[in-house]
Amino acid sequence: MMKNKPLAAGLAVIGLFTLIALFAPLISPYDPSVIDQNHLLEAPSRAHPLGTDGLGRDLASRIMFGARISLSIGLIAVGIATALGLLFGSVAGFYGGALDGVIMRFADIMLCFPTFFLILAVVAFMESSIFNIMAIIGLTSWMGPSRLIRGEILSLKEREFIQAERAIGASNGRIIFKHLVPNAIGPVLVNATLGIAGAILLESGLSFLGLGVQPPTPSWGNILIESKSTLGVAWWITVFPGLAILLTILGFNFIAEGLKKVFGYN
Amino acid sequence: MISYIVRRLLGIIPLLLGITIISFAIIHLAPGKPTVLQESMNPKVSLEVQQRLEKLYGLDKPLYAQYLHWIKMLARFDFGRSYGDGRPVLDKILERIPVTLTINVLSILLILLVAIPLGVRCALKPGSLFDTAATVIVFLFFAAPTFWLALLLMQLFGIQLHWLPISGIKSLDFEYFSFPQKALDLISHLALPVFVSAIGGLAGISRYMRSNMIDTLNQPYIYTARAKGLSERKVVYTHAMRNAVLPIVTILGLSLPGLLGGSVIFESIFALPGIGRLFYEAVMMRDYPLIMAEVVLGALLTMAGNLVADISYAYVDPRIRYKK
Repeated sequence: MMKNKPLAAGLAVIGLFTLIALFAPLISPYDPSVIDQNHLLEAPSRAHPLGTDGLGRDLASRIMFGARISLSIGLIAVGIATALGLLFGSVAGFYGGALDGVIMRFADIMLCFPTFFLILAVVAFMESSIFNIMAIIGLTSWMGPSRLIRGEILSLKEREFIQAERAIGASNGRIIFKHLVPNAIGPVLVNATLGIAGAILLESGLSFLGLGVQPPTPSWGNILIESKSTLGVAWWITVFPGLAILLTILGFNFIAEGLKKVFGYN
Repeated sequence: MISYIVRRLLGIIPLLLGITIISFAIIHLAPGKPTVLQESMNPKVSLEVQQRLEKLYGLDKPLYAQYLHWIKMLARFDFGRSYGDGRPVLDKILERIPVTLTINVLSILLILLVAIPLGVRCALKPGSLFDTAATVIVFLFFAAPTFWLALLLMQLFGIQLHWLPISGIKSLDFEYFSFPQKALDLISHLALPVFVSAIGGLAGISRYMRSNMIDTLNQPYIYTARAKGLSERKVVYTHAMRNAVLPIVTILGLSLPGLLGGSVIFESIFALPGIGRLFYEAVMMRDYPLIMAEVVLGALLTMAGNLVADISYAYVDPRIRYKK
């Protein structure tokens, strides 16, 4: 672990943000939604370490609470995508034939839609609650994991240990979930880690456009909405939430790099 | 080659079918009829408009009939009329395409011009100072949300330095400019959007080029080229690079949906009248015919892009077209 610098650095950053997210109510200096008319758009100071926004709310507290939303959307969206990917990918890879054809054509079709177009179209037809955003991002990003898992299963299933399992009469379900999937877990984990970064970026973009997490609930993307109107007036509103996103994405990318080393591929 | 093209063309039939079915499913995703929802969300829509919409989507018929009806309209490129101003959706989209196309073509050119030499240079000495520095910068670019970079650049070049305009595609008094002034005006308006939209692809493709080039440089035929005494320049730029560049064609095809999706964000930030911003406005106004048209066209465009990329790849690399 000490030798794996990317993994250590990534885990440190993500660990820190996770702690901040978990303990936000305890450690945030202010209530993130309390409006303070006497302290509008204040630059960073001792009282407000990252400054205040246009409603006098403490930016540091908003970013801390935003971490809860942004991180959990990333995690759950990727959880959905990876679970679907495991299911579709392993079934397609293991059974092959018509089933494989149908599942993979479906993935091809979904890949034709620009993800952002698809997500925005769905958002236009439904309410954009936090839960919906997790679900929509998850349901539109299972294709990559599916293809990956299918490929892994295809190369694993001809190996001797699987043939041995077959010879002793193991059921298909047992072979898939007890032997094939655990052996394909390395690339899946790397992919999921990168996926969390991608989902957080997607969420921030959506929320920035006003179509994701709705104010007053803070997310890193929707805090940045205000930076459009405070450009040149309050640099801290642009800089700090963006840095939080940047560090988190870097953290997950570093973990993915580190995991590649752990599982020995590049 | 012909048989490869025919095979690929036949392959798009199920894709077309799938794209239309999924798009059709999205229309019906909303609880209740889209027309009723439209009315409740948009007070401007009268009963008469609602009935016209019902007829447009054939909502009084069973699902399969609705789908067939919709397909027939699609085949005629009839996407209905916009809720906003009642103009044909297709016209609204067509007039916005030049802006988006210009920005994306320019940004792809920028990506290729920067990413390929950068990747090759890094691959020549992996682990060198240059390679490490480039890796760090690429990692940072990859991790930064593009809309945030756009905001920072607007702040720096637009507001603090006053070098570049931060919104729109041309100045208000554009009509009175001489030709060189017009060109300069367009360039200064396009500089930031093109740069911002190129960043993601730049990071990805330079990495890809680097690892491709490292692989290629370790191939036996490169040893042969060196062994027969070719200059290093010739080995790298003629023999290795030609092969390492090929897969980039496919990657560009695959990056099309990302570019289209990304255009929604940066066209909104820079207030550019392209299809991305049109889509954003359509979503904000719940302008369903416009939304559906853009989703279908976006998917068809991506499909066509992949097809062209695959065919041109097969054209330059014969190994592909003989593979089953």
